[in-house]
Amino acid sequence: MDAAPTPIRARPLVATIGPVGWARANLFSSWASTAVTLVLGYVILRAVTGLFDWAVLNAIWSVPYNDKGIPDTSVCQTNSAQGACWAVIADKYRLILFGRYPFAEQWRPFICVLLFIGLYIVSAMRRFWRKELALIWAATLTLIGILMWGGVFGLTAVPNDYWGGLPITLILATFGIALAFPLAILVALGRRSTGMPAVKMLCVGYVELIRGVPLISVLFMASVMFPLFMPPGINIDKLLRAQIAVILFAAAYLAEVVRGGLQALPRGQAEAADALGLNYWKKTFLIILPQALRLVIPPLVNTFIGFFKDTSLVLIIGLFDLLTMGKVALSDPPWQSFSTEVYITLGLIYIAFCFAMSKYSRGLERELGQAQRR
Amino acid sequence: MAETVTDPRLSGGRLAPKRDIRLSWSDPLLRSIVWQVVIIGVVVAIGWYLITNTHQNLASRRIATGFGFLDRVAGIPIGESLIPYDPAIHTYGRALWIGVLNTLRVAVVGVVLATVLGTVIGIGRLSRNWLVAKLTAFYVETIRDLPLLLQLLFWYTILQGLPGPKQAIRFGDVAFLSNRGFRYPTLNWEAAHEAAVAAGLIGLAVTWIWARHARRRQTLTGIRPPVWPAALAGAVIFPMVVWAVMGAPMAFEVPVLRGFNFQGGGTVSPEYFALLTGLVTYTAGYIAEIVRSGIQAVPQGQWEAAGALGLRRGQVLRQIVLPQALRVIIPPMTSQYLNLAKNSSLAVAIGYQDIVSLANTTLNQTGQAIEGIAVIMAVFLTISLSISLFMNWYNAHIALVER
Repeated sequence: MDAAPTPIRARPLVATIGPVGWARANLFSSWASTAVTLVLGYVILRAVTGLFDWAVLNAIWSVPYNDKGIPDTSVCQTNSAQGACWAVIADKYRLILFGRYPFAEQWRPFICVLLFIGLYIVSAMRRFWRKELALIWAATLTLIGILMWGGVFGLTAVPNDYWGGLPITLILATFGIALAFPLAILVALGRRSTGMPAVKMLCVGYVELIRGVPLISVLFMASVMFPLFMPPGINIDKLLRAQIAVILFAAAYLAEVVRGGLQALPRGQAEAADALGLNYWKKTFLIILPQALRLVIPPLVNTFIGFFKDTSLVLIIGLFDLLTMGKVALSDPPWQSFSTEVYITLGLIYIAFCFAMSKYSRGLERELGQAQRR
Repeated sequence: MAETVTDPRLSGGRLAPKRDIRLSWSDPLLRSIVWQVVIIGVVVAIGWYLITNTHQNLASRRIATGFGFLDRVAGIPIGESLIPYDPAIHTYGRALWIGVLNTLRVAVVGVVLATVLGTVIGIGRLSRNWLVAKLTAFYVETIRDLPLLLQLLFWYTILQGLPGPKQAIRFGDVAFLSNRGFRYPTLNWEAAHEAAVAAGLIGLAVTWIWARHARRRQTLTGIRPPVWPAALAGAVIFPMVVWAVMGAPMAFEVPVLRGFNFQGGGTVSPEYFALLTGLVTYTAGYIAEIVRSGIQAVPQGQWEAAGALGLRRGQVLRQIVLPQALRVIIPPMTSQYLNLAKNSSLAVAIGYQDIVSLANTTLNQTGQAIEGIAVIMAVFLTISLSISLFMNWYNAHIALVER
């Protein structure tokens, strides 16, 4: 056995395999590539070490408070060129996350945030993609409403002027999408209808009008025109007005997404349903929609990400969402000059939500794409 | 085509016999008419209800409807304007028009810059250099996960954190960057410059005619006469000669620090700069993805065939792949341009006076809420429609001519 001659085989050149080979192929394949790698590498190295120094090594994590409870930020001020002042976050995180919600009751918005996240995770799992999902959504959203408002089951009532921070962002985006969805399906069906030209024109007009104007103009409309629309004496509060605006706005975009799904479905499905003698609503709800909506889940998630980010626009009409609370925290005199730290923290929260969702949507797209290609 | 089987209902001979509407719920025609009447009726009723309420409310608040306020003196101070404006004499109409121009100023420049930056980043994502590919991917991922408004506020804070005019960052004592914006020298415009620009336009026209001639020669003989000498002579040397003959004036107005701020020269305000930076970097993230997927949609065989013909990688990209990718790229690009134009309305959050900001001030001053919102919507619908029409025309222009 030992005597068996080892086969004579030239070892591959060191420079073509392993890390060295990889680097030669991907970093130093030509003169230009080498130059780019060196310059970029230097810049990235400087940026990363600089950021690390600023955000971690030279950062200040807490500041002393005087006996009136006012923070003394002089250490941070002198250090501001070298390091971050994370003490602003330590001081203000409750305000940024939950707004002016009564301090002792802030466990309620906290549970709501967890419920929202749980709802997203459940909706992301394929085994829950059934009609019952609508029930889960309805139940969770009701529960969130009860928790936030209170007034029943021994919870103190908290009027929504006091809501703020992350729950507002999540509420506007999630309720917006959830309530816009049925409307969007109707509009998409109306736009696709062949026998009802008047309804079709109505739907086309609605979708194109809303998609042609910026969200901020619809929000302005909600904040200054809705009070004029209502009969005298009836006053809708600010949050509800903004919520209605987001719903109307989202419905137009979702309608286009749903229409994409309806168009992608082979005509044979509708024709087969017709041949079976199903009427329009049975055909739509039993045959067409269950298949069409499955097709549009990835673009639906992308639309949701868009609206999650766009809810930050309510800052302009004076609602206290996550971004507005960041600005409110910064209006406190001792912390005024530490906006970078606050914006970075807000950015990380937004990135955490959006990145998870977009990664999920891309994975789903690939999976569904593979299933179709087979 | 897919429609090889003709629908018997469409061919004239076998048309179904015409019949009248039956007064029965099982008649589809009657049913659709009833449904339409009901739906339109409900919508009209809601609209009517809202309009009556609005009328009552306006009457009780003593607000007159109509656009008469446009002729009244505005009294809104406006920081930057492309046309002369004085709050003491000019009207709301002019103020709103300045808003439209300001919106267009940021949207047009933004679209051009975002396209350039997005294309560079999109191509960078496909780079064979690992570092470039990863860095651009990181950029695209991060920038798209952050709300635009947060980015705008961030940029604006950074610009406001710059030193004041006295400690401004200097660029060779002619341009200055401070928290009052970017000040740069401007050319004193004279007749010679106008003549040079006119000469340049003539030169470009000549170059274009020569290029067409060259293309025709190429299709006829296979040899392409060089175009660059014509371009150099017509568009560069000729205007310079004209300028030199007319005395070669070249005087700049350099900004000078007087008191607390600079005088003279041109200004880019911090608001405009922050808005433009935010819009461009944000939209470029989306455009990069469109460009990348467009390039990847071109079959690999095109690269290989072009390589076999001996073209370099850059040449293949420019002359073979990008023209084909363009057909995939244009439709989603159109919607990004629309988004950029609409997102420019976020200007109101950082105090750049675009149409939304000025219309908002107007409606707060006059109480003309409906008219103010109508102006905003009309302006954006016009902009959106113009972009759509132009891009559709361009799309049809570059589409494959199928026989």
